[in-house]
Amino acid sequence: MNGPGRIGRDETATLRFTFDGRSLCARPGDTLAAALLANGVGLVARSFKYHRPRGIMAAGVEEPNALVTVGEGGRTEPNTRATDVFVYEGMVARSQNRWPSLAFDLGAVNALAAPVLAAGFYYKTFFGPPARWMVYEKLIRRAAGLGKPPTLADPDRHQHRAAFCDVLVVGGGPAGLAAADDAARGGARVILVEQDRALGGCALRGDGEMPTSDAALRAAGVRILTRTTASGVWDHGFVTLAERLVEPGEAPPPGQPAQRLWHVRAERIVLATGAIERPVTFAGNDRPGVMLSQAVRTYIRRFDVLPGRRVVIATNNDDAYRTAEAVAAAGGEVVAILDSRPDFTEVARAAKERFRVHTNAFPHSTKGRSGRLRSIGADIWTERHSFDADLLAMSGGFTPVVHLHSQAGGKLDWRADIQAFVPGASAQAITSVGGAAGEVAPIGTNAVHLPHPKHSFVDFQNDVTAADIDLAWQEGYRSVEHLKRYTTLGMATDQGKTSNMAALARLASVAGVDIPQAGLTTFRAPFTPLALGALAGPDGGGHAAPRRRLALHDRHAALAPVWQPLGYWDRPRAYPAAGESLNDAAIREARAVRTSAGIIDVSTLAKFAVSGPDAAALLEMVCATGVAKLGVGRGRYTFMLRDDGMVMDDGTVWRLDETRWLLTSSTGGADRMEAHLSYVHRVLAPHLRVSVVAQQEHFAGIALAGPLAPTILAGLTGQAPPAHMGLAEASIAAVRVLILAASYSGERAFEIYAPGAIAGPVWDALDRATCAQGGCPYGLEALEFLRIEKGHVVIGAEADGRTTPHDLGLGRMLRKAGGYVGAQALGRPALSAPDRLQLVGLETAEASLPEGAMLVARAGAPVEGHVTSAAQRVLGQGGIALGLLAGGRARLGDRLIAASPTRGRHVAVTVTQPLFYDPEGERYRD
Amino acid sequence: MMRIDCPHCGPRAQSEFGYERTLDSIVTLDMPADEAMARLYARANPRGLDDELWRHGLGCRQWIVLRRHRVTHEIVGVAAFDPAILS
Repeated sequence: MNGPGRIGRDETATLRFTFDGRSLCARPGDTLAAALLANGVGLVARSFKYHRPRGIMAAGVEEPNALVTVGEGGRTEPNTRATDVFVYEGMVARSQNRWPSLAFDLGAVNALAAPVLAAGFYYKTFFGPPARWMVYEKLIRRAAGLGKPPTLADPDRHQHRAAFCDVLVVGGGPAGLAAADDAARGGARVILVEQDRALGGCALRGDGEMPTSDAALRAAGVRILTRTTASGVWDHGFVTLAERLVEPGEAPPPGQPAQRLWHVRAERIVLATGAIERPVTFAGNDRPGVMLSQAVRTYIRRFDVLPGRRVVIATNNDDAYRTAEAVAAAGGEVVAILDSRPDFTEVARAAKERFRVHTNAFPHSTKGRSGRLRSIGADIWTERHSFDADLLAMSGGFTPVVHLHSQAGGKLDWRADIQAFVPGASAQAITSVGGAAGEVAPIGTNAVHLPHPKHSFVDFQNDVTAADIDLAWQEGYRSVEHLKRYTTLGMATDQGKTSNMAALARLASVAGVDIPQAGLTTFRAPFTPLALGALAGPDGGGHAAPRRRLALHDRHAALAPVWQPLGYWDRPRAYPAAGESLNDAAIREARAVRTSAGIIDVSTLAKFAVSGPDAAALLEMVCATGVAKLGVGRGRYTFMLRDDGMVMDDGTVWRLDETRWLLTSSTGGADRMEAHLSYVHRVLAPHLRVSVVAQQEHFAGIALAGPLAPTILAGLTGQAPPAHMGLAEASIAAVRVLILAASYSGERAFEIYAPGAIAGPVWDALDRATCAQGGCPYGLEALEFLRIEKGHVVIGAEADGRTTPHDLGLGRMLRKAGGYVGAQALGRPALSAPDRLQLVGLETAEASLPEGAMLVARAGAPVEGHVTSAAQRVLGQGGIALGLLAGGRARLGDRLIAASPTRGRHVAVTVTQPLFYDPEGERYRD
Repeated sequence: MMRIDCPHCGPRAQSEFGYERTLDSIVTLDMPADEAMARLYARANPRGLDDELWRHGLGCRQWIVLRRHRVTHEIVGVAAFDPAILS
């Protein structure tokens, strides 16, 4: 018997699963890695770059080699660590990065190209002709890589949940259990999380005892979350936990989520995250059959699996001697113990009675075939030895898991005796205990023995060898952060959990410095890979950006419009008749407004009731135009600036009576305007006696526009409509309404406001009366055509946060006396530079021109501006647009090209005034 | 996510609050242009403690001042905004 297998008879292996199509059995409680080893499967993966055969190295989340794809269809999870997934009935697992099969992989020829694929290969291809990179990229993308992501939608639900606790204990090993027990006895609310399925940590491999039990902790009120990873520690005790309710690829019970992301606020955090064993660096240390010593112990004692029958142990510490005991007890043969330390420790001396123990002994190479380890070459003192063995258990020391401590801003201290960093001063109420605090076996620190650095892997997952690190140093990469990016060391799914310390040690030795001087890369969340679905939680599909409903939503829906998201709402974009295109519908609607009348739902506009004796004073601080002199019953257009003089928003301001005002502003800017009004009032001018009430959603608004609008309105209200920029109260369909005579379309127009809850009959009455006159409801697309013809700017299109009132041609409206937000900035010389982008009109004989197109003098010339909004003429022919053009106001009549290479369109345009229709404004005045 | 101890509501998650600006970048309307621009473009921006104006927008909607470390995010003091500090 050779190779891995189950200890004793395997009568309890009742779960069936497949690996690369082969049907296998597992015991309940087996990880996939344990089950594969139990079935004698040693070769489970091909490496990232060189396609080298790889097996299982670890028994926990740090596994760098054994990445597999688990599940099918939308539940496919690539890059799942075989050591971090528990077998369930019917599980489907597949190996990755191989073709045509795992055992016979053509990609393995990459290994022959290893000298070319060394450190910095990607960077080097960027030098020289770009065409070379184009060739390389295709080859690399096909050859190198991890698993393929699923293309189908995730069928499962993911949940978010919040929790609060006094003490959060991360890690369910003996140290964590003791900490949780202590805290619970003291009356604290305790949450204990463990990423494994079972509590116990190192006790599961027979190291130490569990100080308490699952049941005792639960009885003491501890909330225990197993299969839950503390993924990130953020500010002020905020921790994200990722809880797996089913295994990767497994279907959850009906109605249940697959994963749950916890947002926990903890008063104190205890990190009992243990330590991760480090590999030993030597040639061929990546071969299947070379495993971490503690992992070997775990497979034997927890899973009854012996990963090899003839075992060599390579160590620099006493801990690995326990593995010799475990192997012997399980019926395996301990061929030799290679201890790199020159002197026998007490433990080594005792072991010598039973095992062949060599000091000053280093593995230097491995031999094998078909993914099986055959023999191990070692240097012992001055002699070369070879050992026949099918398993090498290695221990290069232990790295405390300081990730969460470090994420939370904690300092790290260097411990020479364990050659690792341990938690130092904490930035938050965080304590580390047990292995995480450095309670691990000390190691021998004699000189590193490495005769074949080119074949000695440091980072297994990224195929980074010791020679790659040397090369990076030779090529000038001094900082560890640069080393990481140049060699890809410490990247990908394991984030260097097993490799970082060995890499640092190598870097420090070539640099001739101590490891702490070499530095350390930053620990970042998540600790282990986190599914995007868990991050999104329930906020997917229609919940990704919840829509608000217009008060008149059902009225629109009855007309089957094309909807368009605007701010939080869906608004009708157009109301096409059967068989009518969107554009044809919009033009028909816009022509109705120009020739008879139309109605549009404008309910989403921001509305603020501003009242009090100092209401006008507040408005004059917020608005850059004159406000206070407005007579009662009158309104006007206005705009607001930021501190830096850029236009923030625009709208209209109305004086309802002496001390009551109504301010409207853009839909999308409503929240920002609410905060801005509060800022100006409460921070800059708290002495003002004024109240501001946001009424955006309280009132529904309907705009009635067109030459027949006054007739229609008079017919419905029985009173003369207000003059342009005047207002009136009236009744429509027995509902009291406020009428504001403002025009956005360029025609006579009225905005009619009523409380949303009772606005339905108002819409119905306006709709009937308008249609009776040959008009119709119109949507946002027609509104856009109409306002572009009139040159009205839109926040976000023309006013893009970089435009001043002067840029937009609004300078004449500015209040000379100042005293408004942004006034001080307008005097800056840069804001009146002649080459600033200024609002212009653009016209073309073509039917349309592309929005977003660049404005250039000719093909290839420098970009001088861009098209911000484009439309076709409503009544005439040809395309029109608004744009921002450098020094544009002085360039009327210039001929330019509106170039949109991405849409393959180049349209000749002429620069005009930004006003295409009724320049004198005769149509909307009385 | 930080936890902010609102002087009116008690400790709440940062997601309920909105950051406005540092106190030293508040531009009052009667400030000379030079000073206003210096406050906008040449403020101290220390790598350490700074005083910041926040608003509990999804809570009491009041303006508050945080004394916060801009590297560690440690909040050493929270108070209701007092307009007197601008005069």
